[in-house]
Amino acid sequence: MAKIGSRAYGVLAEFSGTGPLLSAAKKIHEAGYKKYDCHSPFPIHGMDQAMGMKRSPIGYMVGFTGACGLLGMLYLTYWVSVVEYPLVISGKPLFSWQAYVPPVFAITILVSAFMATFGMLVLNKLPRFNHPLFNSESFKRFSDGGFFISLEAGDPKYDEVKVTEFLKSIGATKVEVVTDE
Amino acid sequence: MQIDLKTYRLTDPGKLGMIALVVGILGLLVSILGFTSDRTQFFYSYLVAFVFWTSIGLGGLFFTMLHHLADAKWSMVLRRISESVMSTLPLMGLFAIPLLFGIHDLYHSSHADVMATDELLKAKEPFLNQAFFIIRTVGYFVIWSLLTFFLFRNSVKQDSVHSDKLTAQWRRVSAPGMILFAVTSTFAAFDWLMSLDPHWYSTIYGVYMFTGGFLAAISFIILSASYQRRQGILKEEITIEHYHDLGKLLFGFLVFWAYMAFSQYFLIWYANIPEETVWFLDRWENAWKSLSLLMIFGHFAFPFLALLTRGAKRSVVWLSVMSCWILFMRWVDIYWLAMPTLHEHGPQFSWIDLSTMCGIGGIFIWYCWRKYTSHPVLPVNDPGLKESLEFVNN
Repeated sequence: MAKIGSRAYGVLAEFSGTGPLLSAAKKIHEAGYKKYDCHSPFPIHGMDQAMGMKRSPIGYMVGFTGACGLLGMLYLTYWVSVVEYPLVISGKPLFSWQAYVPPVFAITILVSAFMATFGMLVLNKLPRFNHPLFNSESFKRFSDGGFFISLEAGDPKYDEVKVTEFLKSIGATKVEVVTDE
Repeated sequence: MQIDLKTYRLTDPGKLGMIALVVGILGLLVSILGFTSDRTQFFYSYLVAFVFWTSIGLGGLFFTMLHHLADAKWSMVLRRISESVMSTLPLMGLFAIPLLFGIHDLYHSSHADVMATDELLKAKEPFLNQAFFIIRTVGYFVIWSLLTFFLFRNSVKQDSVHSDKLTAQWRRVSAPGMILFAVTSTFAAFDWLMSLDPHWYSTIYGVYMFTGGFLAAISFIILSASYQRRQGILKEEITIEHYHDLGKLLFGFLVFWAYMAFSQYFLIWYANIPEETVWFLDRWENAWKSLSLLMIFGHFAFPFLALLTRGAKRSVVWLSVMSCWILFMRWVDIYWLAMPTLHEHGPQFSWIDLSTMCGIGGIFIWYCWRKYTSHPVLPVNDPGLKESLEFVNN
């Protein structure tokens, strides 16, 4: 039970294996909960579908950033060699787009890679120093043998008693309330 | 078309083979007419058609060997298609024979008087001579045919024999096969197309031809699969996930093709040495310029944008349309590489271009289809087949 003076982060339910975890995830999704997550030591095939997760917007974010990098670098190379410091090199025209292709290509790839990396971190709400789930003693096995589902108190349908009952009814072996100290 | 789902054999292969054979024979007959009316045009048109279809066969060989080497599972359901595509290579060897009679019409360097007066060509004589040309061309087809025969025979053997040895064997052959493939396909490109202009050279030419050929082969595989899908064959087996992966390969190699094409152009543009730039100048003057622009936008920009999204790669209809377009652009590519030597003042399309394409293409498709339908259409005994059937992109 929650300690006095601390807020409940949510409930944490433990499951016995991948099968029960998958079916529980599906039932929670069907029950209409939004703020929950599954934790397993390894990726489980079909988990995204079971949780009803939408496709990540990362592809479009990377595409947009790449296009910006392309146009931005094209403008920079043009501005440097035509406007700011016009210099004839090996008798070629000032606007020699062919020579701009390697840097434009490289910058497009670079900013796309940055967006893919940092955008992924932001979408995953990372980096952060700690997470309330680490307050749970049993959750420490999440990376070597534990299968968990956490359901956050911020969920509009959250009700500690009901949720605990619900999680037990869909096969949780152990349900505890995790506090956010 | 009908399929027996127990053995995965086609019980009724449909009319495709017959239609292709008739088109092929008619095309070849009309081409003979072309030979008698305009010998030089015939040999150039024939060369373009021959290289087009051979490069698809080579793409099939590359796909199959890559599949074996990478121990790929997803492409298992496509293996019989790629194997049938590569099995046309010995047939293309037969189609190389008329080419040997056209050496004089095609290759400037085969004229003794030219070789006697041209200092640069004299220096290249040890490579650019008729006897060595014929030996090399025969050599390429011997190597490709041996690889093809071996890989196809072993693959078919697997249908009746349970043995791990076969897998180990074709992997052992594919590794040196890949190296042989790289060397032979590079030099084949040098011999058949690049030496049309014997003064000009580009070391990246072979890779450029390979990327285009592999693109055409993937397009051909997509079209073969989607043709069967429309006929109700292998609908459950070759799923949208496999099309998605083929689409990714297609997209990747489009970019790779553009990368190679630009690399070739870029270095020559930068160095600005007349003996190198003349090749691009020939293709950037008069009406050839419009074809060069079509290459940039039609072979790269348009298909790049058209296949960029996930949805596009997962639509069988859209992938098929784009495959047709890329096959067409592949033909434009080879035409653009070969023809400026003959028609300096701009492209002149001839009916012989069409008849040779239909002639060789018809026989190619007939033979490919015959190979495909005479065996189970999936490698039914391969332990990796189950994994391929269940494959999903995540």
